[in-house]
Formats: sequence, structure tokens, C-alpha cells
Amino acid sequence: MNFDPAYILEILPRIIQYIPITLLMAVAAMVLAIAVGLVLAFMRNSQNKFLSSGAAVYISFFRAIPMLVQLFLIYYGLPQIFPVFTKMDAVTAAIIGFGFKQAAFLAEIFRAAFNSVDKGQMEACLTVGMTKVQAYRRIILPQAARNALPGTGNIFISLIKETSLAFTLGVVEIFAEAKMQAAESFRFFEAYLAVALIYWVLIVIYSYLQEKLEKYLDRPYRT
Amino acid sequence: MLMIKVTNLRKSFKDLVVLKGIDLEVKDGEVLSIIGPSGSGKSTLIRCLNFLERPDSAIIEIGNVKADAQRCTSREIRKLRLQTAMVFQNYNLFRNKTALQNVTEALIVVKKMPKKQAEELGMELLRQVGLEDKRDNYPATLSGGQQQRVSIARALALRPHAILFDEPTSSLDPELVTEVLQVIKKIAEMRTTMIIVTHEMEFARDVSDKVIFMADGQIVEQGPSKEFFSHPQHERTKQFLRNYHAGSRAL
Repeated sequence: MNFDPAYILEILPRIIQYIPITLLMAVAAMVLAIAVGLVLAFMRNSQNKFLSSGAAVYISFFRAIPMLVQLFLIYYGLPQIFPVFTKMDAVTAAIIGFGFKQAAFLAEIFRAAFNSVDKGQMEACLTVGMTKVQAYRRIILPQAARNALPGTGNIFISLIKETSLAFTLGVVEIFAEAKMQAAESFRFFEAYLAVALIYWVLIVIYSYLQEKLEKYLDRPYRT
Repeated sequence: MLMIKVTNLRKSFKDLVVLKGIDLEVKDGEVLSIIGPSGSGKSTLIRCLNFLERPDSAIIEIGNVKADAQRCTSREIRKLRLQTAMVFQNYNLFRNKTALQNVTEALIVVKKMPKKQAEELGMELLRQVGLEDKRDNYPATLSGGQQQRVSIARALALRPHAILFDEPTSSLDPELVTEVLQVIKKIAEMRTTMIIVTHEMEFARDVSDKVIFMADGQIVEQGPSKEFFSHPQHERTKQFLRNYHAGSRAL
């Protein structure tokens, strides 16, 4: 059988070198997605028709178009319309693309999380004299965060995996490196298996951390 | 001295008229109970006083704040809310905060009191409601009666001009009702101005100076507590009290 396990061990260190760029894209996109997602969730829940339908259109659009199409639209398309974007590097374009898309999914998760917090919590905040902003920051958000965590974690896992698409913009991350190694050695199976294992380990580690966080946030609610 | 004055309070939910022009007055240190059948508008009335429901029209004066429902700003509403505190039927303790934090939260965030001072006051209040040993418990680990006592401590912490009780014992198990009523009675004896919406008739007679009977969005009858219960004037009130007593006897 034409399978060389030793080769996997040989290229693993080379691929691992690119984990930082993969994680950088995933984490930066996640931060962006959370920020935009929160704004969208508030807009969507707003009484103002203009704001809520604006958010609805955003969510509908970004949920519908494929990730790859969106990356191309941003990196190859935007500079044609707005010349300033020619200066944008591929990593930035990838982060923006991933972040803006996942924001649409997060917005729905956040909205559901906010709506799941009992209405009485806000009423209690108001009756003790808090402003709405204080109420959200100190009481509503922390409770919504616990409800949103499992869904938000899934989005982060998707993001880690989606960063592999950045190779189409010329970003060298773990998948691109594996591809190049494979092209050189013709050991496609080993190279792609190696990178698959790395994704797996990354996500196992993340899932472990999320479980810890879930336990921590769950403390007040355990009887 | 007048502490609360409500003039011509009207409120509808869509086509349903819930309050048809309510006027009421509560003096400083007075305890007012509002009783009446379900759907009579008593909870809506008390929730209009702090604008959890915005009245369609009303002039509401509490302490030294006066608000006209038709034209007051959100800043004025907040000022009005600071005059009172509320105890809810479902306690509504902050679920992500411990018992002590529930009491100190508004002191620190709203009144800007230093944390240490707030905690001392918080412990003092938890002691008053008999829960100093539960300071670090989250609401989920407290019984309904304990949660309601914490929520009373939270209300007291703000030193409000008046405390509004919205059916404070209605969602409690029968054996937990007494502990909460005792705490409320203790506060009433300290000359705290209070409005209590309740179904506990003996308690209302016992604790209040004045009673209002509401039906169909209107005040049917009001008077000093003793007189009200011993000599109700209106047929509707008599019938309500008769039904209530028949109910308790049947048990």
C-alpha cells in the first residue's frame, strides 16, 4: 500500500508553524462577528422599522451567499469599485469576509438569547432606577451570554474551519501549507490527513475550553 | 403629608380598557391595600405608578416628583421610578447575582455608593429579613419565600419613598406565605409607605390603614381597613368578600 505514516510526522511541524495565522484569522473574525452581530441583534429587536428591516436584509443576504463567493467579492471585486481597497491585504480581506458573514448567524443566536432572558429581569432593573444601558450591561447581557454560548461556540468552530478558504486569496495558513507540501511530494493523502488531524486537535482543545467556560457561566443557575 | 397622588389614571391595551380614570392618595407612612377580582386592573394600576406600563393619561405625584403621563420624558420617568421600589409576584431577583449582590447592585450602580459601605448596608438588610446566612447564595438555590425576602431587602436598600408590592405572595407555596407576610408586616410597622396588591384578605385587614376594592377598572369602594371589612357598603364588595370567605371555609 502506498501510504507513508512517517511522512505525516515529517510535515506536521511544518504545517504547525502556520497555526498562528489560522488562529489569528479565526479569532479576529470572531471578534468582528460578535461586535457586528450584537449591533444587528439590537437593530433586529428595535421598534424602529427602518433599523429592524435593515438588519433583516443584512442577515438574509449574508446567510445566503456562499463563503467563497463573498471572499472573492471583497478581495477581487471591491477594489474595482473603490480603489482604496487595492491596498487591502488578503488576510484583512479574509477576516472581514468571515466576520461579516458569521455576524449574520450570530445576530440570530444573540437575538434568541436576549429574548430568552425573562422580561421580569429588565423590569426589576428599571424599578431600582437603572438605565436601560446599565440593565443590559450588568444583568441582561451576562444572562444572555450563557444562553448564547453553545451556539456561539459552533460559529467559532465553523470559523476555524472556514479559514482554510483563505488560501484562495493567497493566504498561507495551515491548509495552504499542506497543499504546497503535497504538490511537492505527491503524497496527497498524508499531507491532507496531517492537516485534517491538526484541525481536529484545534477543535478538541477549543471544545474543552468552551466546556470549562460553560460550567463557569452556569454557576449561578445550579441548584 | 401626601406621599402619592394619582389623578385620572387611564390605561387601555388596544381595545381593552383596563383602567377607567383612577384617583388615589396615600399619606406618608400609610399602608394601602388594593383588592379585587382577577382582571380588575389592580396589577396594571400599581405597574402604572412606576411606568412599567405607560398610562394613556394620568398625573402621578410621588414624593417630590410629578409626572404627566402624556408628556413626560424618559428622564422624568426615571426620576419617578427612583421614588419607589417594587416587589414582584415572581420575585424577579437578578439571576446572575448572589443574594447580597441583589441588594447592593442598585446602591453601587445607581446610587454610586462605595462597595464596602453598600455591602455593610446590604448585610444589615439581609439580617432584617432573616437571611444573613444566605448572602452568597444565588437565587436558584433559594426557596420562593427566601427569594421574596431578598427582593424585599433589595427594595428597602434604596430607601424609597414608597414600596409597591404586586401580589407578593401569589406564587408562593402556602407554607412559605407566612414568612413573607411577617416581613412585610414588620416593615409596615416601621411606618413605611406601601401599596400592596394582594389576595390575602386577613393580611390586608391586619396590615393596612386603608383598603381599595377594584372591579372592572374602577374603584368601587375604599375606606379605612377595619370599617371596610366589617361594614362594606357596595353590593359588589359584599359579594366579593362573601365569595372569598365561602372559599376559605370550603377549605
